[in-house]
Amino acid sequence: MAVQETDWRSYLRVGMIAGLIAVSVSLIGMVETFNGRAIIGEYLSLGNLLLYGAIFGGGFVAARQHKGSTASCLAGGLLLGAISGVMLNLLVLAGTPRVAGGDPFLRQYLLNVNNNLLAILLSGLPQPSGSLALLGISSLMGMLGAAIDRVTPRFRRPLLVSLGVVLLVGLLSEVVILAWGVRGLGLLVRRLLFARKGLSLPGAVVLFLIVFALHLAWTAFSPKLKAWTARAPERRRKQLYRGKAAIGIIFLLFLPFFLRTYLTEVVDNVGLYVLMGLGLNIVVGYAGLLDLGYVAFFAIGAYTMGVLTSQADLGIAQMSFWSALPFSVMAAVLAGIILGVPVLRMRGDYLAIVTLGFGEIIRILVLSDALAPFIGGAQGILKIPKAQIGDFRFVTPESLYYLILIGCLIAVFLTWRLRDSRLGRQWMAMREDEDVAEAMGINLVSTKLLAFGIGAAFSGLSGAIFATKLSSIFPHSFNLLISINVLCLIIVGGMGSIPGVVVGALVLVGLPELLREFAEYRLLMYGALLIVMMIARPEGFWPSAVRRRELRGDEEPIPEPSSAAAGD
Amino acid sequence: MPMLEVRDVHAYYGNIHALKGISLNVEKGEIVTLIGANGAGKTTTLRTISGLLKPRQGKVFLEGEDLARYKAHELVYKGMAMVPEGRGVFSKLTVAENLDMGAYHRTDKDGIQEDLERVFSLFPRLKERRNQVAGTLSGGEQQMLATARALMARPTLLLMDEPSMGLAPILVEGIFDTIQEINKEGTTILLVEQNAHMALQVAHRGYVLQTGEIVLADTADKLRENPVVQKAYLGIE
Ligand SMILES: Nc1ncnc2c1ncn2[C@@H]1O[C@H](COP(=O)(O)OP(=O)(O)O)[C@@H](O)[C@H]1O
Ligand SMILES: [Mg+2]
Repeated sequence: MAVQETDWRSYLRVGMIAGLIAVSVSLIGMVETFNGRAIIGEYLSLGNLLLYGAIFGGGFVAARQHKGSTASCLAGGLLLGAISGVMLNLLVLAGTPRVAGGDPFLRQYLLNVNNNLLAILLSGLPQPSGSLALLGISSLMGMLGAAIDRVTPRFRRPLLVSLGVVLLVGLLSEVVILAWGVRGLGLLVRRLLFARKGLSLPGAVVLFLIVFALHLAWTAFSPKLKAWTARAPERRRKQLYRGKAAIGIIFLLFLPFFLRTYLTEVVDNVGLYVLMGLGLNIVVGYAGLLDLGYVAFFAIGAYTMGVLTSQADLGIAQMSFWSALPFSVMAAVLAGIILGVPVLRMRGDYLAIVTLGFGEIIRILVLSDALAPFIGGAQGILKIPKAQIGDFRFVTPESLYYLILIGCLIAVFLTWRLRDSRLGRQWMAMREDEDVAEAMGINLVSTKLLAFGIGAAFSGLSGAIFATKLSSIFPHSFNLLISINVLCLIIVGGMGSIPGVVVGALVLVGLPELLREFAEYRLLMYGALLIVMMIARPEGFWPSAVRRRELRGDEEPIPEPSSAAAGD
Repeated sequence: MPMLEVRDVHAYYGNIHALKGISLNVEKGEIVTLIGANGAGKTTTLRTISGLLKPRQGKVFLEGEDLARYKAHELVYKGMAMVPEGRGVFSKLTVAENLDMGAYHRTDKDGIQEDLERVFSLFPRLKERRNQVAGTLSGGEQQMLATARALMARPTLLLMDEPSMGLAPILVEGIFDTIQEINKEGTTILLVEQNAHMALQVAHRGYVLQTGEIVLADTADKLRENPVVQKAYLGIE
């Protein structure tokens, strides 16, 4: 049958693509580097996950397009996995020395094709059983991926979520154990669930089942809860909302006790990026002005703090953190407006290029010898004092956490109020069509400058806290990569969405800090993540309402008009 | 004193001389149409009137007041509203949000509410689709929305740029009916059109624009009888 044939071809194609991805990540050394990170004892490492992840995902994607019977779908997945497995075996073949000690052709050019990689690929088995195992596992992965698509929808989501949780916990087991598994109850749980490295196999199964059950219970329970809140009177619903907000705030207040020092430190860094993300979100997400030089304001905030407070020779005022803070923010705002004026007439790509240049200018200025007498050049600024209230000094990550938390809460509150304000609507209209917005009576000049200024303020605040957090600042902390990080995190989180910024920062800043292996491949991972996101979920992890309906054409339930919609 | 007077306006895009000395006026209560072929400079004329493009020479007066000292975004406060070419709705916002933007500069909540009722009675379809995203409306509905949004500014002078463009013939009739209705309720209208046939039916007077110059000016009835207009714009030999 003709239809059937095309279906097989799509499995073949996806199988080859998945195989190519698996071979590529092996060739660039990622598999070997990531293999050191155990997820489930000696059974599954991050390297394995990377190797077989593409095959598993490929099976899922191919099965999704396939309309045939479940059996043919599983067979297709098997075929897909087998093709990838054959390709990996070819790599093994090309990388295996013919005579003991002799170097095969491939190894001269591709350094990463070495015995370690071969051992990973062959699951540590001697040949030929190793090759068979590789083929078998690949085929199995392809089939499992395809099988996931055929699981009844009611179970698919819980299945994927619990799988994700197990992988994440296993991946972060080192951190988890360090933070919670040292004594008491934590130690007990650790003994039960974890191996020396990663989760133990029974532990993984138990964790999987627990999460699965909880998820099922939640899906059964949540519609009832929703119906109940929908029926509840307005006043009760408001109380509920306030209650949720209160729980959230209490949770945030006690987070450092729960997280311990190391994780709190990571959260601090995430928080600084959240601050910057919220600012850039206003500029790019709300006002639609693509700014690639956003790091400039972070640098200006940090350097203003440094120059005003430093106890070293460079310090001009030896101010306290608190008295210098307004100046840091104001300096950033001023810089934002100064950047804004010349680019008022620019749109899109032109704006992006100019702002990119602006960021580089600031970086080169702080690095320059000409300004070195004032801001230290490559030596940076040292001896920046800690923030202080009375006798209490914000030194530990835990205390800094509260400083950053307050900054973030203020920024979230402002962003949220701005979004629903007149100014928020001005930004949105301007983003859509400048001419029409102007004809509606919107002053583009002030609207744009306010976006640049407010966006810069958040970044400046972040920079100021960054300076006191590190006690010293150096030019190399303010490179283009920061602008790219911040832009990526709002894209991944969901353009124009406040929770999206937090999610984006956790994924793009938090995770790489916890997984040191990522460092070397950071940009590669960003690129891969962005591509996958653009295909699979272009609106981001946690999109704003506007963005969601724009990209999905969401048919939101149209509420029956009670009174007119315009006006507040 | 005419409501709108355009006096010897020259406008340029870089070196392109798009308007070569345009003069026209619109009296209070009139529908005046400006017809011309593609590229004649109709949109440019509207852009100049609404301040989006500054004339290099010549002046625009609104109720006798020189508009040169106003910025584009200030003109809506002077009672001018525009229905842009190609509809120009905010495609990612809902119908209700679009209408809300139309009343952006106003602060009189009751008045806005009143006008909302008015545009909804003028365009009942929009009322049904108030929570739909504008980009997903049909072409005709988008045109309605653009017109309704302009009306939300409660303008005294409405500038419309080719409202019939790209619409099916039945819808075109509807749009022109609405134009007349809006005019009867007291809004002065400057209507730019390529569809000379329909435009000259609803308008009181008309101007013919050709490569940046006004070549004919007369009452709509006379223009319809004019052999040049018949040949070039009405397709009558
Ligand atoms: N942004 C622009 N840049 C350069 N030339 C333009 C621009 N807009 C319009 N023109 C030129 O000005 C002339 C008049 O255009 P326009 O007013 O849009 O005509 P119409 O609306 O009558 O079709 C045309 O020759 C067009 O090519
Ligand atoms: Mg035009």
